[in-house]
Amino acid sequence: METMFGKSIKRREDPRLVTGKGNFVDDLKIPFTTHAAFVRSPHAHAKIGKIDTAAARKVPGVLAIYTGKDLVAGGVKPIPVGWLLPNIKVPAHYPLAVDKARHMGEPVAVVVAETPYAARDAAELVEVDYDVLPAVPDGADALKRGAPPVHDDAPGNVSFKWSIGDAKATDAAFAKADKVVKQSFRNHRLIPNAIEPRACLASAQPGTGDITLWVTSQNPHVHRLIMAAFVLGIPEHKMRVISPDVGGGFGSKIFIYPEECAAVWASRQLSRPVKWTADRREAFLADAHGRDHHTEAEMALAADGKILGLRVKTVANLGAYLSLFAPAVPTYLYGTLLAGAYTTPAIHCEVTGVFTHTTPVDAYRGAGRPEATYLLERLMDLSAKELGMDPVDIRRKNFIPPDKFPYQTPVALLYDSGNYAGALDKALQIFDYKAFRREQEQARKQGRYLGVGFSTYLEACGLAPSQVAGALGAQAGLYESANVRVHPTGKVSVFTGSHSHGQGHETTFAQVVADELQVPIDDVDIIHGDTGQVPFGMGSYGSRSGPVGAAAIYMSTQKIKEKAKKIAAHLLEANEKDVTHEGGKFFVKGSPDRSKSFFDVSLMAYLAHNLPKGLEPGLEALSFFDPGNFVFPFGTHICVVEVERDTGYVHLRRYVAVDDLGRVINPMIVDGMVHGGIAQGVSQALWEHAEYDENGQLITGSMMNYALPKADELIPIELARTETPTPVNPLGVKGAGETGTIASTAAVANAVMDALSPFGIKHIDMPLTPGRIWEALKGKGA
Amino acid sequence: MNITVQVNGVSETRSVEPRVLLVHFLRENLGLTGTHVGCDTSQCGACTVLLDGAAVKSCSLFAVQADGRKVTTIEGLSTDGKLHAMQQAFWDQHGLQCGFCTPGMIVSACHLLERNPNPSEAEIREGLEGNLCRCTGYANIVKAVQQAARAG
Repeated sequence: METMFGKSIKRREDPRLVTGKGNFVDDLKIPFTTHAAFVRSPHAHAKIGKIDTAAARKVPGVLAIYTGKDLVAGGVKPIPVGWLLPNIKVPAHYPLAVDKARHMGEPVAVVVAETPYAARDAAELVEVDYDVLPAVPDGADALKRGAPPVHDDAPGNVSFKWSIGDAKATDAAFAKADKVVKQSFRNHRLIPNAIEPRACLASAQPGTGDITLWVTSQNPHVHRLIMAAFVLGIPEHKMRVISPDVGGGFGSKIFIYPEECAAVWASRQLSRPVKWTADRREAFLADAHGRDHHTEAEMALAADGKILGLRVKTVANLGAYLSLFAPAVPTYLYGTLLAGAYTTPAIHCEVTGVFTHTTPVDAYRGAGRPEATYLLERLMDLSAKELGMDPVDIRRKNFIPPDKFPYQTPVALLYDSGNYAGALDKALQIFDYKAFRREQEQARKQGRYLGVGFSTYLEACGLAPSQVAGALGAQAGLYESANVRVHPTGKVSVFTGSHSHGQGHETTFAQVVADELQVPIDDVDIIHGDTGQVPFGMGSYGSRSGPVGAAAIYMSTQKIKEKAKKIAAHLLEANEKDVTHEGGKFFVKGSPDRSKSFFDVSLMAYLAHNLPKGLEPGLEALSFFDPGNFVFPFGTHICVVEVERDTGYVHLRRYVAVDDLGRVINPMIVDGMVHGGIAQGVSQALWEHAEYDENGQLITGSMMNYALPKADELIPIELARTETPTPVNPLGVKGAGETGTIASTAAVANAVMDALSPFGIKHIDMPLTPGRIWEALKGKGA
Repeated sequence: MNITVQVNGVSETRSVEPRVLLVHFLRENLGLTGTHVGCDTSQCGACTVLLDGAAVKSCSLFAVQADGRKVTTIEGLSTDGKLHAMQQAFWDQHGLQCGFCTPGMIVSACHLLERNPNPSEAEIREGLEGNLCRCTGYANIVKAVQQAARAG
């Protein structure tokens, strides 16, 4: 039977998606559905006075209008936080604002009506008395004396102070340094912008007390758990959460949002289904944002380019409330990544998480790791410049050698496997560096400014194990479940706790199962995104579906094989040890003529007419895989740009990416994820920027003024891979979903700074828009 | 008011409010949910359909503006259960991931080839700049359009 692992087989989910037969939340229709529309604060900070709903109630079709006070009176509790740090301040975050609105777009009331048009008409007629207060949208400003307070119970606007590493050892490293390179960095705020806006449909059954929620979720079990146990008090077994086809997430659909809590509550009040679909304006204002750091960083180096120490101080803007995993992102997913691919012996990182009058910030593709990689890879280039070294040489000088794994960093992580120089070597086989430097020299003479940027990144994904995560503050386990059910006819249903919202699990997971059970891939169905079918699940984020989710499925297939072999041996009247499973058949080694098919064995498992003594009927296996460690993908990205001297416009000229993701299940799908990841990372470097004015008004609040990348601005990407399997999971796979985003931002920024080096420009904060570059170039000659 | 629109070859007469958008008419009145809504400002192109053969953003038209005209949606591209060459090409070239922008992207790409049967890579990229995809980085979408162009 042909091996599926490693083959670029076409996606099984595509025929429905290319013909318009996808099943997204807003596509669902159930009878008697009502529609919700939210009244949102136009102000970043305001006391909420009287809410007058009289005019709104007169709109034909309006069924109910609820305010924050109605929800509190109805027993609705604040939305909790899923990761707690020592002494963290967690102000109450109610689904609808109660006394104060703390960011532009915060929901204040919800209107439910017979049609979406009526709900919107009425929402516009709800009159809220706002007493507008001063606002502070910037993280650094929020820490200043006299800054407007966001929450009374978070003095100085501080949610937490966190640090990692050895401060004394780092001080000592700086004391003996030949060179110290300092730079302040702004890692600006982004808005995820999955093309499908968030949506939900809540349907309460008054007869049974059951409720079904269809929601755009990356982790439906987490949605259910939090709504049941914390926010709405619904018995967990009475709630079913279904997350059908989901149109992209990039982190933004992990979190439990106010709107879906309000919709579930309203459905129970009205005993009618309640549907809500965000418009894009709402997505900009109410989906969790990403990044937003102010950082001071310094690197201590020996004269030969060896890194001695790294010191980082970061202010992380968390927005107005703590979103579900917000505290983990600028801490355990950031500070721990600061060793990168290098042997830096001493690191110290301090992070202050601050509240501001802005939309909450949480995990967005990469989540902390792009921020760490950007500052580290920029510092490598700045240090090379200061020491008169080549950016490639300084990286080689500091790489962790391939024979040092597992490698313990000074910031908690234990790297699983790696060959960082190997990935760089491969990238330099594709990209002729010497020839580029000659071309760059020639071009400069003609007044054309080319630049090359390297990013020899490392990332940590498939966060685990649960016990360690729990000790660090996680309020959840980080395993994944898989139930593999073989039916009497040998067909297979796989129930996975991972969730696919573009990743292609229906294909890749089926490849793993087809190989292990030696059945045709068409006989395998992957079922995900339904708490009514899947036993439990932590969902998909942090590039965990391969290293954790697929590995759990693999474990279940091993249990199935073991039991199937017992049955086959019994039917063949042979010793189990002598039976082999090859080519889809069970037979005694050396006697393939007398065999039992997978069908024969499956059927007997359920007929139970002739089973080994004491063996239970059925052929089904449930596994929970809790990996012993993270996995650590790595690689080298190289970007070439040309900067227009007169306009500051950056043209992408070439992009080479060599990634090591361990073993790869489906190269085509992995290439696609890397392409998309790179597009998002490039876009942060050059275009995307969520900007607030001084009053906390989001001035990039639509696709008209928030610059998402378009087809004509991007270029083809040259991809290659090295393969260093991980010992952490039985498949040897590392995560693939975020590497592109994590690596590329630094590569592009480094390339632009290289292009601008003849002008004596060392650093410009992102996004590297024509305006910013033009400003920096003003009055400067080459 | 009553309107009659020929949608995917079928004449459909419905009573609609004058303010109802064409995309809502298709999705809500006719149940053709393959056409998606991704933004409110006609940037994303997820709602692209063909109106008398030309690609339009159905979130930016009222249903009444389609009265008496022909609309083709993603559901109307394949014939006799066989995928349209552009649908096949998106599948073959892995031109989609989450699939949400895909219907609009495919419809736009069809119109692009209608106007220019042999586009260069740059012309394809420029021709699709009214459709946003957040998953693919467009690389495989460009390849898909190239494949469909080769297929004629």
